[in-house]
Amino acid sequence: MDVLTLARIQFGATIAFHYLYPPLSIGLGVLLVCMEGLWLKTNNPIYHQMARFWTRVFALTFAIGVATGIVMEFEFGTNWATYSRFVGDVFGSALAAEGIFAFFLESGFLAVLLFGWDKVSRKTHFFSTCMVCLGAHFSAVWIVVANSWMQTPAGYHLVMRNGVERAEITDFWQLVFNPSMLDRLFHVLCGAWQAGAFLVVSVSAWYLLKKWYLDFARASLRVGLTAGLIASLLQLISGDISARGVAKNQPAKLAAFEGLYNTESNAPLTLVGYVDERNQRVIGLQWPGMLSWLVAHNTQATVTGLDAFPPQDRPPVAASFIFFHGMVGIGFALIAIAALGFLYFRHGSLPERRWLLWILVFSVLGPQLANQLGWFAAEVGRQPWIVYGLMRTPEGLSKVVQANVILTSLMLFTFIYFLLFAVFIYLLNDKIQHGPDDQDLIPSGKLALPTELIHHPKA
Amino acid sequence: MNLDLNTIWFILVGVLFTGYAMLDGFDLGIGALHLCTKDDTERRTLINAIGPVWDGNEVWLVTGGGALFAAFPNVYATVFSGFYLAFVLLLVCLIFRAVAIEFRSKQPMSWWRQMWDIGFSAGSLVSGLLMGVALGNIAWGVPVGADGEFAGTFLGLLKPYPLLVGVTTVALFMMHGAIYGVMKTEGALHDKLRVWAMRCIIFFVICAVTLTMATLLYVPHMAERVRGNPWLFTVALVNMLAIANIPREFHHGRDRLAFLSSCAAMITLMMLFGLNMYPNLVYSLPDAANSLTIYNASSSPKTLGIMLVIACIGVPLVIAYTVCIYWIFRGKVKLDRMSY
Repeated sequence: MDVLTLARIQFGATIAFHYLYPPLSIGLGVLLVCMEGLWLKTNNPIYHQMARFWTRVFALTFAIGVATGIVMEFEFGTNWATYSRFVGDVFGSALAAEGIFAFFLESGFLAVLLFGWDKVSRKTHFFSTCMVCLGAHFSAVWIVVANSWMQTPAGYHLVMRNGVERAEITDFWQLVFNPSMLDRLFHVLCGAWQAGAFLVVSVSAWYLLKKWYLDFARASLRVGLTAGLIASLLQLISGDISARGVAKNQPAKLAAFEGLYNTESNAPLTLVGYVDERNQRVIGLQWPGMLSWLVAHNTQATVTGLDAFPPQDRPPVAASFIFFHGMVGIGFALIAIAALGFLYFRHGSLPERRWLLWILVFSVLGPQLANQLGWFAAEVGRQPWIVYGLMRTPEGLSKVVQANVILTSLMLFTFIYFLLFAVFIYLLNDKIQHGPDDQDLIPSGKLALPTELIHHPKA
Repeated sequence: MNLDLNTIWFILVGVLFTGYAMLDGFDLGIGALHLCTKDDTERRTLINAIGPVWDGNEVWLVTGGGALFAAFPNVYATVFSGFYLAFVLLLVCLIFRAVAIEFRSKQPMSWWRQMWDIGFSAGSLVSGLLMGVALGNIAWGVPVGADGEFAGTFLGLLKPYPLLVGVTTVALFMMHGAIYGVMKTEGALHDKLRVWAMRCIIFFVICAVTLTMATLLYVPHMAERVRGNPWLFTVALVNMLAIANIPREFHHGRDRLAFLSSCAAMITLMMLFGLNMYPNLVYSLPDAANSLTIYNASSSPKTLGIMLVIACIGVPLVIAYTVCIYWIFRGKVKLDRMSY
């Protein structure tokens, strides 16, 4: 294989593996804030027990997220040196800001979140949890700023320096709030909240099936399902906004998502199907006019097709189509699952509906899969550009790196990541089987409940 | 030397990497010394001595890398693509030591703990070595083509001088970590670390003297600025005094002052490195005209200015909560059920 293919596979594989973890940190972060907030507000020790248990899960995901995240920062330089020279002025600033505003905040207060339960007051601990959650969100902000700039560059101009053209900042805020940034940030965050919420839902449903830790499971399920339903509904809104943004800013990408070869009005939306790339058509169940309506809220609106772009400027259509439709399908399924679970939970009959509990157990895979597919759609759909409209992917490659070197590192990372994943699953399973700690129901030391709240057995 | 934006960023990137060496240096050092004790509780104590802070310490590297990318993208691109295999190895080491800290004490089996202990220790040791080798190559000079791309090979990076810098870095981190360990532990482990710290101090002093001689003899450009400006010799003098002060304070049981002297030694070493490199960031050998400098490798003045604003807002915040965290977790390590 050539250097380009290997470099893309290596970058794709390492970022895909990395992205299993940050959404969990962001999503669980929000839930930890909710749980600990409820504990502070109600003094109900079950919330303390929940916060403690989910903090341990959080720590596990966070460690792997950090370890695999450093790889990403290095790989821009190792694999894409020419790209780094071209965008360093713009893209580097976002990465540096991420380090200074997000990572320090997150990792500093993480120490208090994990190890500070007995060392600081309840309020200080809650504050630390909030800061960790905020730090995780900041890191999403800056990385989405950087990636969105690659999708919809803004606030820059092209300059010749030392005989090489590169992008330089003209307006920092235009760069930060580039046309797709807010839409995509909202989309990424909803996906992360879903990932965290459905992990909590899945483990709690498992406990209900096994009839273990029932109080803990019910309380966790209530928080998880509520957050999961809200996040899934928000994701629907966000998806709609994002897709319209793509139609406006990156029409070739939207055309590839929908396999729309010809520019047309009354453009159909494909519900299920696949792209026949050779004959340039989509085979499947289509809803006429729906794509036009989604893009412009008018079934007669014209949607730009791939025919508006020369063949060398078109993304891979079949792959983009599958990734995008897979993501959307899972998104709708998650809304249905969360809504059903929520309704039956409110009704009180969820524990008897074992089929639904089983679905909830497996629902944890949904957001993870959708997050992966969504990013694949976003990045494959941007092709053949590494920076949309400015630099093609092959041009961004490092000039001095040889194929065998990338192959060696690819094999090394693949081996290590499989190992890490196996250990992660093993330890996560171990924590889940072990369950919440009974000690946490009687918080002591600095966490002890105010004395008037402690229930004294009758003499 | 005039204080323009490029120079300020040269200093700031140096400050970030010095901060990294001072902070992550001690937890890499603890890692390198991890296998010196066979007792499980003692090993856990060592890991928990760095438990709450290692993650934040590593962020200095991430932010230093980000700052290098933003301020001097050509250096970031040339060095990272040129040192490809070395950096991949560094990443593998950093991954193993990070997850080993998290995983090790999660299972009771002795093979499990032994496996992650080795991963933690080897990862820490080799990380320090590779960082030192990278720094040594930058000091010695690397082949850079007229196009600004790295023109050497992976094996070409393994010259004696960079290897010596690598070993010295390991010695420095081990000494730094051992002193930190002495401050954070008590009882038998404390006494054991005291012996190890003394050995590490001797090891480091031998390395430092050898490295100084080697630099003066074989890498004359790394002493040029100090040679030309004799008053800068004060930095070298402070460096020597700081190093000499480490065993002195340690001998008198003033561990905190020994640790601060070790920090001072790191700061002055980095200052000497920076002073002699300036304005080069990557010294090109054999053709010095191709060197990447803070001017031909930098971002635009506008970006450097924006980044300076970001740094002025961010750095005080970072220092504030770093101090808070170290304050909250001050004192000797006690194992409890939250510990690793």
